[in-house]
Amino acid sequence: MKEQSRFITSVLAFGYAFLYIPLVLVVVYSFNDSQIATVWGGFSTRWYGELLRNDQILDAAFLSLRIAVTSATIATILGTMAGLALARFRRFKGRTLFSGLITSPMVMPEVITGLSLLLLFVALQQLIGWPGQRGFGTITIAHTTFAMAYVAIIVQSRLMSMDESLEEAAMDLGGHPLRVVFDITLPLIAPAMLAGWLLAFTLSLDDLVIASFVSGPGSNTLPMYIFSKVKLGVSPDINALATLIIVFVSVGVLLAWLVTRRRN
Amino acid sequence: MWKKAIIAAPYLWLLLFFLTPFAIVLKISLADPVFGLPPYSQSASLDNFAFLFSDKLYALTYLRSVFMAACATILCLAVGFPMAYGIARSKSGTRNLLLLLIILPFWISFLLRVYAWMGLMNSYGTINTLLMWLGITDQPIQLMYTDFAVFVGLVYSYLPFMILPLYASLERMDHDLVEAAQDLGASRARAFWDVTWPLARPGVIAGCLLVFIPAIGEYVIPYLLGGPESLMIGRVLFDEFFANRDWPLASAVAVILLLLLVVPIALLQRYQAREQESAT
Repeated sequence: MKEQSRFITSVLAFGYAFLYIPLVLVVVYSFNDSQIATVWGGFSTRWYGELLRNDQILDAAFLSLRIAVTSATIATILGTMAGLALARFRRFKGRTLFSGLITSPMVMPEVITGLSLLLLFVALQQLIGWPGQRGFGTITIAHTTFAMAYVAIIVQSRLMSMDESLEEAAMDLGGHPLRVVFDITLPLIAPAMLAGWLLAFTLSLDDLVIASFVSGPGSNTLPMYIFSKVKLGVSPDINALATLIIVFVSVGVLLAWLVTRRRN
Repeated sequence: MWKKAIIAAPYLWLLLFFLTPFAIVLKISLADPVFGLPPYSQSASLDNFAFLFSDKLYALTYLRSVFMAACATILCLAVGFPMAYGIARSKSGTRNLLLLLIILPFWISFLLRVYAWMGLMNSYGTINTLLMWLGITDQPIQLMYTDFAVFVGLVYSYLPFMILPLYASLERMDHDLVEAAQDLGASRARAFWDVTWPLARPGVIAGCLLVFIPAIGEYVIPYLLGGPESLMIGRVLFDEFFANRDWPLASAVAVILLLLLVVPIALLQRYQAREQESAT
């Protein structure tokens, strides 16, 4: 490759600075001793201590993690089934509607998904008395619904790029179709399923709007708690929380990158 | 048998938790608000839609949302195109790292990334402190709670959605074509418009739709960074529902928002289907 033009290089530098300076500043200000989050008052780690003593944050974080693990797991199972159906079963009744239903949750504005699911839960409660209470269960269902779409797309594109001959050979040798799925297909798409699970997990931890609609009184997820706090302005303990998340995610992603690069 | 089960489980889930809810929204958008639980009547009329069309405020808010989302899309394209081009043209080792740095913010909470700008744009935030220290201004400039802040938030949050599909198109492009055009006497601008741009167009379309569609219904960014007068439709829907408890009107707002998005969403799905086909 030849030298990049000066224009392209400066746009790249500007673009990455734009993406990362705000995050770096949050990290820096999280070590700020001052009560006023934007004025520097000396180095301190007191906000991290306060974070660990804040039961509301810990409860919210625990609820969010439980929802994220559960919804990512269900979404991976259902999404893998959907991806398999789309990639391997060329023709079945209602395929067009099915593939439309798979991709729509990804592009639907969150306010619409949230509102419509809440109205469904309220209607169901009137009809059959379930769900009696909104919280963990309803948020998990909502997150599963939009996350399974992402899993399905990832699994589907992995299957499309894979050659079917291994599966066909196993089938020709008399393997039961379901056995072929478990012994051949699933191990081959396991990396795609893991990627899908991680994406579903992150999307669930990230969601504020949909959870705000479908949760009930008393069940606050971590983003709901953060939002109620930052509505009032910049706050130092949220800086500390953000720093923990930024550092944790960056280290994780960089490690994953290094591992895959080593393997290649 | 087993084949049917594999299709049926996700199918039924989506029918129940994705399609049925829309039917309910449609039904409730035709009802009247009442006191009680649930706070809507069983009657059906077009009153809510008539109200939305007669009240100028709602029409203006829809227009404003479309306008804000469109401007944010153009800004993302203006910043994202040269970045995607630069990434696609860099050495393969650097290219992977640069791509990783575009994707990394995806994994960090969206809410916290918007929040990061609050500290930057406050009256006594980093930008104003810097400007005053440099002597460019002696009083803090109002950045927060303006349309400017909303644009910054939108571009910041959605820029990766623009860069990734652009990169995918540009990376596949054969750069020899551009050089051939230049060897044959085309100017750089001419080579760009006649060769690079048409080849990048699938990525441009996908990127623009991926920014425009979610930006139009955005709630968090206008709420945290925008002023009280910078209304966007996602926020109006949220407030109708939670603050005014007018479920039928909120549903009608959602129905019209969905109608606005039918064309862009259909375009995006057609594009994605074509991408899937060409990948095999």
